[in-house]
Amino acid sequence: MPELIAKSAIDAGPVTKGGASLALMEPGPISSIALYAHGAEAGAKGLETLGLSFPAPGQSQENGAARILWTGRDQAFLIGAEAPAMEGAAITDQSDGWAAFSLSGAGVEDVLSRLVAVDVRLSAFAPGQVVRTGLNHMPMILRRASAEAFEIYTFRSMARSAWHELEEVMGQLAARGTLKS
Amino acid sequence: MRIDGKGIIDRTRPVSFRFDGREYGGYKGDTLASALLANDVRLVGRSFKYHRPRGILTAGSEEPNAMVEIHGRTNQTPNVRATVQEIFDGMDARSQNRMGTLRHDLLAVNDYVSPFLSAGFYYKTFMWPRAFWERVYEPIIRRAAGLGSLSGKHDDGSYEKAFAFCDLLVIGAGPTGLMAALVAARSGADVILAEENPHLGGRLIDDAGQIDGEPAALWVARVEAELRSLPNVRIMTRTAVTGAYDNGTFGALERVGLHKSARPNLPRECFWRIVAKRSVLAAGALERPIAFPMNDRPGIMMASAVRSYMNRYGVVPGKRVTLFANTDAARDTARQLIAAGVSVAAIIDPRADASSVEDCPVYTGAEVIDTRGRLGLREITIRQGGEEKRIETDCLAMSGGWNPTIHLTCHMNGRPQWNEELAAFVPVEGAVPGLSAAGAANGTMSTHGALAAGKAAAEAALRHLERNVAEVAVPGAEDAPYAVRATWAVEGKGRAWLDFANDVTVKDVRLAAHENYASVEHMKRYTTQGMAPDQGKNSNVGALAVLADATGRGIPETGTTTFRPPYVPVSIASMGAGGRGMGFAPQRFLTSDQASRDRGAPMVEAGLWYRPSYFPKPGETTWKEACDRETTMVRTSVGVCDVSTLGKVDIQGKDAARFLDFVYTNMFSTLGLGKVRYGLMLREDGTVLDDGTTARLGENHYLMTTTTAGAGVVMRHLDFVQQAFCADWDVRFISVTESWAQFAVAGPMARQLLAGYLGQPVELPFMGVAPVQIGDVQGRLFRISFSGEEGYEIAVPTRYGEALFRDLLARAETMGGGAYGMEALNVLRIEKGFITHAEIHGRTNAFDIGMVKMISAKKDCIGKAAAQRPGLLGPEREQLVGLRAAAPITAGAHLFRPNDKVELKNDQGYVTSVGYSPTLSAWLGMGFVVNGRARHGETIRLVDHLRGIDVLCEICDPVFFDPEGGKLRA
Amino acid sequence: MRLTCPLCGSRDRREFYYYGADTYLNRPAPDAPMAAWDDYLHLRDNPAGVTRDLWYHEQGCAQWLKVTRNTVTHEISAVELVAGPAAGGKGASE
Repeated sequence: MPELIAKSAIDAGPVTKGGASLALMEPGPISSIALYAHGAEAGAKGLETLGLSFPAPGQSQENGAARILWTGRDQAFLIGAEAPAMEGAAITDQSDGWAAFSLSGAGVEDVLSRLVAVDVRLSAFAPGQVVRTGLNHMPMILRRASAEAFEIYTFRSMARSAWHELEEVMGQLAARGTLKS
Repeated sequence: MRIDGKGIIDRTRPVSFRFDGREYGGYKGDTLASALLANDVRLVGRSFKYHRPRGILTAGSEEPNAMVEIHGRTNQTPNVRATVQEIFDGMDARSQNRMGTLRHDLLAVNDYVSPFLSAGFYYKTFMWPRAFWERVYEPIIRRAAGLGSLSGKHDDGSYEKAFAFCDLLVIGAGPTGLMAALVAARSGADVILAEENPHLGGRLIDDAGQIDGEPAALWVARVEAELRSLPNVRIMTRTAVTGAYDNGTFGALERVGLHKSARPNLPRECFWRIVAKRSVLAAGALERPIAFPMNDRPGIMMASAVRSYMNRYGVVPGKRVTLFANTDAARDTARQLIAAGVSVAAIIDPRADASSVEDCPVYTGAEVIDTRGRLGLREITIRQGGEEKRIETDCLAMSGGWNPTIHLTCHMNGRPQWNEELAAFVPVEGAVPGLSAAGAANGTMSTHGALAAGKAAAEAALRHLERNVAEVAVPGAEDAPYAVRATWAVEGKGRAWLDFANDVTVKDVRLAAHENYASVEHMKRYTTQGMAPDQGKNSNVGALAVLADATGRGIPETGTTTFRPPYVPVSIASMGAGGRGMGFAPQRFLTSDQASRDRGAPMVEAGLWYRPSYFPKPGETTWKEACDRETTMVRTSVGVCDVSTLGKVDIQGKDAARFLDFVYTNMFSTLGLGKVRYGLMLREDGTVLDDGTTARLGENHYLMTTTTAGAGVVMRHLDFVQQAFCADWDVRFISVTESWAQFAVAGPMARQLLAGYLGQPVELPFMGVAPVQIGDVQGRLFRISFSGEEGYEIAVPTRYGEALFRDLLARAETMGGGAYGMEALNVLRIEKGFITHAEIHGRTNAFDIGMVKMISAKKDCIGKAAAQRPGLLGPEREQLVGLRAAAPITAGAHLFRPNDKVELKNDQGYVTSVGYSPTLSAWLGMGFVVNGRARHGETIRLVDHLRGIDVLCEICDPVFFDPEGGKLRA
Repeated sequence: MRLTCPLCGSRDRREFYYYGADTYLNRPAPDAPMAAWDDYLHLRDNPAGVTRDLWYHEQGCAQWLKVTRNTVTHEISAVELVAGPAAGGKGASE
């Protein structure tokens, strides 16, 4: 009987420079939950079992390892827990579709502001908030975990490019740091 | 020369640099211009057209003359302003626009023939003889044209781009900007203060004035310290705001590492996009030259620049200075020089009623009418009343008044207004939404006025932002009235320059008016005034005034000046930062990528994806050998190919079937569970959008596949159709392209391979789909074929893709099969007449590709109505055909009747895909031919002029191989 | 240029794909006369002033948007969801 070995999107070790640390994340299962036109109530009931509710646009919720991130109109990604059976919503496994990175440190906003065209200041992007935007030209779901930590989800096939761009920017910021004399 | 006790340079840090190969010394904080002046170097460049010796005119980014090349290891940057470039150890600067040395420029001959090089001389001179243009004129002109040169090498410097957001953007950190930033910062707003110089203070430093009875520099230092201590303030020095764009967006260029020798990863520049809720333009004003005869010699500079060099850098640009100025304020130049112990030979003031009480000779009602000194100013001639007098001087400081720096207010089509009292253009409020100009940029010329205006502008912005306003007192400062009497041009014998950078003189502008280029826009184009790198910063207003005078109109009637982005030149490298090499576009890699590379497969780009082209075997020397072998392998044993790049869309809901019926031409509500159907998708105009197979996984659950190229477009289309026309239907879909790795296993031994691998018989019917278990992994098995062989596609969650590919390959290889790449895949599908986006290229409809019967009569669908329009369904259409030839043929070739002349009107169609079929031992093609389906069997001539191909082909059915499909269904 | 997506908030223009006039929302009946289809598919005004067009928040929430804007002043006066309000939640601006 064949035995298939699972591989992660890329082999890349954690890297720290330019005031930030970049590391691969193992977020666990990811499911898209897309509410049908009248599915809000049934969806809420389904999520109750996880101690979560459907997030408002741009928001996320967390309960233990389980998180739910708003990802679109009537759509959210449940991460870190298997999706419960749920009426009123289309559920699609997305676990293998995304590469997840964590970016943390005092320089997170500096790093992201090189690649992301949205306002990442703490005053505009609070912990728990989520945006769908681009990491340069790559699709991205970006969640702020805390003042100095972000979660980055991008297409799995693009993980190498995403990592490269983040690391390059971190190197430039590190070099900028040497200017202060 | 350098004088003691002045300047904000660091005299404890000497810096050594080269200019035209010679070693010079300066201090940290010096610009190339200040350091050269400190070394008594006055000649720094040659003018564009006449190759006149030129020196340093200004002390800022508006400099028109002192442009140099900075040579790095691989970077060679031309047209760098010596007035902006800070020196660093080892810097290699070279003068440009010369043939020979700077002192002996061979092209200076242009200056002697200048009477023939007046405005419009190109248009007049090079009209005839016509034959001379390409062989004689153009090579000469090309050799002489252009400013500076590039290295011709790859620029491996690092560049950066970044985004920033704020409540208030303050542009310029002079008195106005500092005050505005201070008020907003104390009020708690997020402030960005952008200043193009390395230091804050602007003219407070340059003029060494006083604030609250103390040197202004102390106040600047205190404000800077406070701003730097606040978390809500970001000070961006060396950052010029270059453009104002819609909805509060600004471009800004930061010189990050240009003042240092190159170091790894250090960006040279950063291009910022700043988004601000409100903004204050506190960019100050630019002093303007006076167009007097021979006003372009090295040593003639702006009066404000003389003060800047003294107070910023401790440099006096002459030993015997003269001042030609028409404002009271400019007199300060002479007073400061005298106080510093520098000899001032004369003040020449064109205003007859101006004060003549100074500690040096003053000539009122006087003008400078000539100058002498070939490589640097030696002497001037002045005229007072009817008398002329020569005065020895090596530096003439001039001031014709000030032009508010209104540039950004023009960037969104705002037209400035002429202000008679200031003899200058001032901005119109609201020209850029959210931006207000304040201080000198708005025509308020006194220091106190600027401080008060900065405060008021910040307060107004804070009120717009509905923020509380912190009370900040306006400090005491000079508040003298600005008394200017416009002095544009001085009559005299010699040429009087308006635009130094492009060598445009008063005479050129008058000539333009005389030849009826009397509109300012025509004059500019005829004379090239304002089109040099300084973009008319020094000359626009003066030239407009001269034009107004020549045409007998007032300035406002003559026209207005306008400015477009960028305010300072922006390197393409900074705008394209991060876009080179790997940053050009994201790269998408298959799970089989490494395994394919391990087998030596060259990768080709398919959109953003990298796919194996072919898998060479030892002994094979061309791609075609590998391709032929792989094609035959699939036809005779089994091949494995990664097809994960196809778009995959998971569609669910009780209206999913109804939705598919609406977006596809054919029916999907009738598709049985566990079955797959080929579908055709149209645009609403009837053109084919995409095709692919869709499987029914459950009663309300479908899986659609799109072409690789069409994945993004189809997703956008599905979103549109759903949101615009059926938002209330119960249908939800999401891309699962990334979630699944999918491999085609095709060939007569495909079933055997899979049965062996899965450990159970494979009994899936043609166009069936079923779940499949591979060890612990849940996958899907489809029986579909893009090769015409018995074919399967097996899909697993992406993380298992590499392992599955390696397993399948290993098994195939033991059976005489193996991997096949894009080349073989293409030949296999051409043999079968299967279309790709080469055929559904955006101009073909269902009729053209022979699929009009797929438009179901039983229902409406996107594109159905338009597909039935007249002209889309007849023999006049170019229809899909197959082409067969004995010699190589090419895609892109056009088709002609064998006896027709090869010209456009005889064109019968074109070729979209070709390949060599080892199966049929022939070159096969697909293409479109007028009324092609009725012309099977006809001989047609294929012509490709580009590749020199001219071959006779047979038109045939596009399905060359197994037309009954027996192998598919085996 | 920036658009305020009703769900995502203020975003840079680079996140959006531009389509054209919102005429495209008024799909004729399948049996409408050919002239109606021609009008729908091909005929567009080119106003100097207020116009309504379609934008797709491609690098965001994947919603199609109706944007009311002025081609002369560049003012954007409204951005609405083509699909109407969502079932599950309110917009980011609320």
